[in-house]
Amino acid sequence: MDLGLEVLFKGRNLIRLLGGLGMALKISLIAVLISIPLGILMGSFMTVKNRVVTLILRFYLEFIRIMPQLVLLFLVFFGTTRAFGLNVSGEAASIFVFALWGTAEMGDLVRGALQGIAAHQYESAYALGMTKAQTYFYIVFPQTVRRLIPLSINLITRMIKTTSLIVMIGVVEVLKVAQQIIEANRTASPNAAFGVYLFVLLMYFAACFPISRLAGYLEKKWR
Amino acid sequence: MNPDFIYKVLPLYKDAAVLTLQVGFIGIFLSVLIGLVCSLIRYYKVPFLTGAVAVYIEISRNTPLIIQLFFFYYGLPKIGFKMNAFVCGAVGLGFLGGSYMAEAFRSGLEAIAKVQIESACSLGLSGLQTMRYIIFPQAFALSFPAFMANVIFLLKETSVFSAISLMDLMFTAKDLIGIYSKTAESLFLLVVFYLIILLPVSLLGSYVERRLGRHGFGS
Amino acid sequence: MTEEILKLEHVSKKFHDLTVLEDLNLSVKRGEVIVVVGTSGCGKSTLLRCINGLEKLQAGRIIFEGENIDYDKNLSRLRQKIGMVFQSYELFPHKTVLENITLAPLVVQKRDKKEVVREAKELLKKMGLEQKADSYPRELSGGQKQRAAIARALCMHPDVLLFDEVTAALDPEMVHEVLEVILNLANQGRTMLIVTHEMQFARAVADRILFLEDGRILEEGSPEEFFEHPKTERAKQFLQKFQYEKRKSLVTT
Repeated sequence: MDLGLEVLFKGRNLIRLLGGLGMALKISLIAVLISIPLGILMGSFMTVKNRVVTLILRFYLEFIRIMPQLVLLFLVFFGTTRAFGLNVSGEAASIFVFALWGTAEMGDLVRGALQGIAAHQYESAYALGMTKAQTYFYIVFPQTVRRLIPLSINLITRMIKTTSLIVMIGVVEVLKVAQQIIEANRTASPNAAFGVYLFVLLMYFAACFPISRLAGYLEKKWR
Repeated sequence: MNPDFIYKVLPLYKDAAVLTLQVGFIGIFLSVLIGLVCSLIRYYKVPFLTGAVAVYIEISRNTPLIIQLFFFYYGLPKIGFKMNAFVCGAVGLGFLGGSYMAEAFRSGLEAIAKVQIESACSLGLSGLQTMRYIIFPQAFALSFPAFMANVIFLLKETSVFSAISLMDLMFTAKDLIGIYSKTAESLFLLVVFYLIILLPVSLLGSYVERRLGRHGFGS
Repeated sequence: MTEEILKLEHVSKKFHDLTVLEDLNLSVKRGEVIVVVGTSGCGKSTLLRCINGLEKLQAGRIIFEGENIDYDKNLSRLRQKIGMVFQSYELFPHKTVLENITLAPLVVQKRDKKEVVREAKELLKKMGLEQKADSYPRELSGGQKQRAAIARALCMHPDVLLFDEVTAALDPEMVHEVLEVILNLANQGRTMLIVTHEMQFARAVADRILFLEDGRILEEGSPEEFFEHPKTERAKQFLQKFQYEKRKSLVTT
């Protein structure tokens, strides 16, 4: 049976596909690098006992988390380009949206980790005569970080998977390249769609699997 | 914003939402079936199948739905498996969701202490009776918050269906933006319809989680 | 005493390389109350778990009412006749107290629902828990949970009861209410095997004491013999430790 695998090895096809994945990875990496510090800030602010602050953040978080990421992409991409006449590139729009989304997700993780530290951890630190700052620095912060690192690593894989959506707003990444290759070889290898899409699937797997394994390993180790 | 335009295209969105929900529910139903079977295979460590399930779960969880759909919809027909977009959407969602549901059910099953099962055995309950009266009801309650989170996640993932040209909400919005350039109205309706679908489920999820979290069984 | 109800012949149990029970022989007569004592890790709990078929034996056999306990064949039927109460209560958290008691009689023994519910309520009354029938386990104190667990075992009409350190997880003030219940059961002539660290109670309730050490029965005899005139050095040390702990608890409380 012709599985259309030979197309992959024709010309620069393999390199083009890898380049497409590189684009997706680049966008995810930038978005994660923005999301993590902003998310830590946001999560810390959410534990503040100020009604207005928590309400606003809560609204932001809930809206971002309830909307499909593709809807957010559409809102930013079409909303800005068409409605305001700004010419935002698909790439810039994607980074903006994924940073927005990543910040909300990270913020929620940070909030959960901070609130997950039992009250007696604070109490026993105070009982030992530690100041509030010392308690945070020696007790709360290290525990929060341990909980957060596996979750943040997991966020990276989620981000990579989510970036596959940018093809829908016309950014040239893996799927777009795959479509172009299949189209160009339509007569020479009619079954290219099978081989190429299988390869794309495996490429994403190769990118995400080690990262989620690492996250799972750290989570077990630090439980 | 043009209210007349909104009024005119409302039926289009309604049809798209119904389609999204239909495919979504069939897909979620498939996820639950696949998840149940896989979690039981892993829980009982069925030889050979356990390995196959582990491979499936890793592939399903570590690849994006849109790529899975492209492979199912455009790739599989080349080796003789042809599905229409509707079936493919549901199957794709089931393929993705099955692994998430399996993990949710499995963590519920594993959270039940071994000595609970022993105490059921010591009363003379058979393996099946223990499963039915002791393990299942507890595992269900324990995995319910994760189950609800998965339902929301999968409903959100339905937004990708337009990639295989299902005429869902995203497809409709993109179409209207392209044809009429009524960007604000189209996007507004898109958000409203997704809120109509997702908000009730999300509220139900957090309500149930709060109840289960705070009170456990009873009350 | 009369007829033999339970017999262990050359029972051996290993976990990987660790021998927990070694060539253990025991005969229990109907109506007899046997208390098993020993340091932790001596195999007391494993002994009870083997009798209930929760552990597979490496060698030997256990005969209950003339029948070999077979891990694969007759386990469910024999377990109905052997009630077990666990240290951690193990009530089913998703069922009310009453449902916990009636579940096995209804689904395993297929008894009449009315009759089972009536009996369960009677048992609860005897345990002083009649108000708790419709409560969920988490609403009960530890002592109440353990009494409910005993009622659950009794409702199966077992011929033998196994108690595995049933007071070990309880607050001191609740230990008494549970031991009282077990003493009453002993006075009714029930056959019981009890693993406990409560030496006063052991002395009061036992017909026979088994002292286990490293998976073997090191000493066996009436409570008077064991507590007043222990024969082995190990048993003397063991009892001294308890004397000390008793005095220590008097000082601290």
